[in-house]
Amino acid sequence: MDRRAATKESRTATHAQAGGDAGQALVVERLRKTYPGTVAVDDVSFTVEEGEIFGILGPNGAGKTTTVECVIGLRTPDSGTICVMGFDPGVDRDQVHAIVGAQLQTSALQPRLRVAEILDLYRSFYRDPADPGELLDALGLREKRSAYYKSLSGGQKQRVSLALALVGRPKIAILDEMTTGLDPQARRDTWELIEGVRDRGVTVVLVTHYMDEAERLCDRVALVDEGRIVALDTPTALAEQAGGGKRVRFVPSHPFDDRLLTELPEVTGLKRSGHHVLVNGKDDLVNTVILTLAGAGVTANEVEVQSATLEDAFVKLTGRHLHEDEEGAPR
Amino acid sequence: MSTAEDVLVSRPPRAAFGKLLACDARLTWREPIGLVLGLAIPVVLLVVFGTISMAQHKAEPQLGGLTVIAVYIPILIAFSLGMLALFSLPRALVTYRELGILRRLSTTPLPPSWVLAAQVVINFVLAVWALIILVVGGAAAFGVAAPKNPAGFALAFLLAVAALFAMGLWIAAVARSATAANAMAGVLFFPLVFFAGLWYPQQFMPAALRDVGQLTPLGASVQALQTATQGHFPPAGPLLVMAAYAVVFAVLAWRSFRWE
Repeated sequence: MDRRAATKESRTATHAQAGGDAGQALVVERLRKTYPGTVAVDDVSFTVEEGEIFGILGPNGAGKTTTVECVIGLRTPDSGTICVMGFDPGVDRDQVHAIVGAQLQTSALQPRLRVAEILDLYRSFYRDPADPGELLDALGLREKRSAYYKSLSGGQKQRVSLALALVGRPKIAILDEMTTGLDPQARRDTWELIEGVRDRGVTVVLVTHYMDEAERLCDRVALVDEGRIVALDTPTALAEQAGGGKRVRFVPSHPFDDRLLTELPEVTGLKRSGHHVLVNGKDDLVNTVILTLAGAGVTANEVEVQSATLEDAFVKLTGRHLHEDEEGAPR
Repeated sequence: MSTAEDVLVSRPPRAAFGKLLACDARLTWREPIGLVLGLAIPVVLLVVFGTISMAQHKAEPQLGGLTVIAVYIPILIAFSLGMLALFSLPRALVTYRELGILRRLSTTPLPPSWVLAAQVVINFVLAVWALIILVVGGAAAFGVAAPKNPAGFALAFLLAVAALFAMGLWIAAVARSATAANAMAGVLFFPLVFFAGLWYPQQFMPAALRDVGQLTPLGASVQALQTATQGHFPPAGPLLVMAAYAVVFAVLAWRSFRWE
C-alpha cells in the first residue's frame, strides 16, 4: 500500500514537472440526464487528467453508467457539456469513437464468431489498431483464439470485451464494471492489466461499485450517489476525510491509565475490549501511541493498524453502504 | 479543433465493410437459417412441383399453355424472397439489437448503417443464388425455358427485392425481440405467398381475388416475373405496386429504426 502511494506521488510529480500542460482528457460540466420518473444524473461535473485512472464509484443505480454513456455519445444529456479531448460526443461522435475505447455493461458479441475473428473485425474499424497477437497474449486469450465467443466463460468474455476496448489504441479507455463476474484471481490479473494500459499513456475511466478496486487502481475517485458526486479526491484523502483516518489495536504488556493516551492530540478515542485496546486518531497516530506507551514502560503487543477505507468515506457521506442490497460481492 | 485530418482519421477504413461482410457470411454459414429458408426450401419445392409437372407431361390450357413448373418458378422466386426478406434479414438485425451487439458496435467508429448494409448485401446475395438455382435448375432438370425478356425479368426481380427487403427492414425496426420479429414475419408471409400463388396460382384465382393479389408485393412480383418469362416487358401496374411498397416501407423503417 505504501509502495503504491509512493508511485502515485512520483507520478503526480512528473505531471507537475510537465508544467500542467498534460491536458485534460475529459471534462464534464453540470451534466444532467433524466429518464421518465427519475433523475439519473443530476448536476455532475468532473475533469479527468490525461494519463490518470479516474474512478467513478457508487452503488448500483447511482447514475455511473448513464454518465459514461453520455460521454461516449450513446445518450444525449438533458443539459450540461461534455468535452472528450476537445470533442463534443453529441456533435463529433465519430472523432470521439475513434479516440475512446469502451467496455460496456450491457453489450454482447456475435455468439458464433471466434475470438480471433471478433478481434480482427473490431481491429478493422480503426486507423492505427493494436497488434491482435499482443493483446491476446496480454489478456491470456491466446489459447482461446479459435474458440466461439459463446463457449467462453464469463471471465474470458470480459477479457475479450476488454481487448476490444483496447484494440483501437484508444487515448481514453472507459471500462464499465469490468471485473463483475470475475473470480478473485482474474480480478487481480485484470487490475494489473489496467495498470499496464495506464503505463502506456492511456487515460482510464473506471466505473465500479467495488471499493477495493477503486482503492487499488484509481488516482482519483468520484463517489457517486443518487446521480450526484458526493466527493472527489484521491482514495487516501477521501478515506482520511471520512473518519479522521486511523485506528490502532493492540494488547498492552502492563495495565496503563487511559489518560496516558487520550490526552495526546493525535488520539480521538479509546476503547477497551477484553485484553485489547482500540485507539482512534489521526496523523502520526501509530508512532505516537507506541512511543508514549514505551515511555511509560508499556509494550504494545499484537499491533494491528487499520486505515479508514473508501467504504467508510461512502458510509459517512451518504449514510449507506455501497453494497446494501447485494449478496456475495467481493470485498 | 475538428480539422479535415481528424475527420479522415476518425472514419473507419473501407476494409472494415469487407470484414463485416466476411463475418456475416461466416455467421450465415454457421447458423444456416437463411440458407434453409431462402435456398433449401425453395429447391425442395422446385423438385416437388417439377416432378408433378413431369408426371403430367403436358402444358395446362388453364395456365396459358405453360407447364406447372414454368408457372411455379416465379412463385418460388417470390417465396424465397419472402423468406429471406421477412425472416432472415430482420432476424439478424433484431438479434444484434437484442443482444447488445449493435450497441457495442455503435461505440466504435463503424457507422451503424454499415451493419444494416452488410445484412442487406448478404441476403441479397442469397436471393440471387436462389434466383440462379431456380431458373438454371428449372431449365436443366425440368426443361423450363429461360426468361424470354431478361431485362424485364431482372427489373421485376430487383423491384421485388426492394419491396420485400423494405418490409423486412420495417420488421427489424419495430420488432422488440427476435421472437416478435418471427411472429410479425409469419403473419405477413403466409398471406403474401398465398397471393403469390403458392397454393393456387394466380391463373386459377377468381378475378376479384387476383386483382387484390396483384396489389400485394409478392402478387405483383409474380405477375411481373411471369410476364417477363413469357417474353414481354412487365406492365407498369405491378412494377409501380412494388416500387410503392419499397418506398413506403423504407420510409417507415427509416423513421422507426432504433439501434438499441
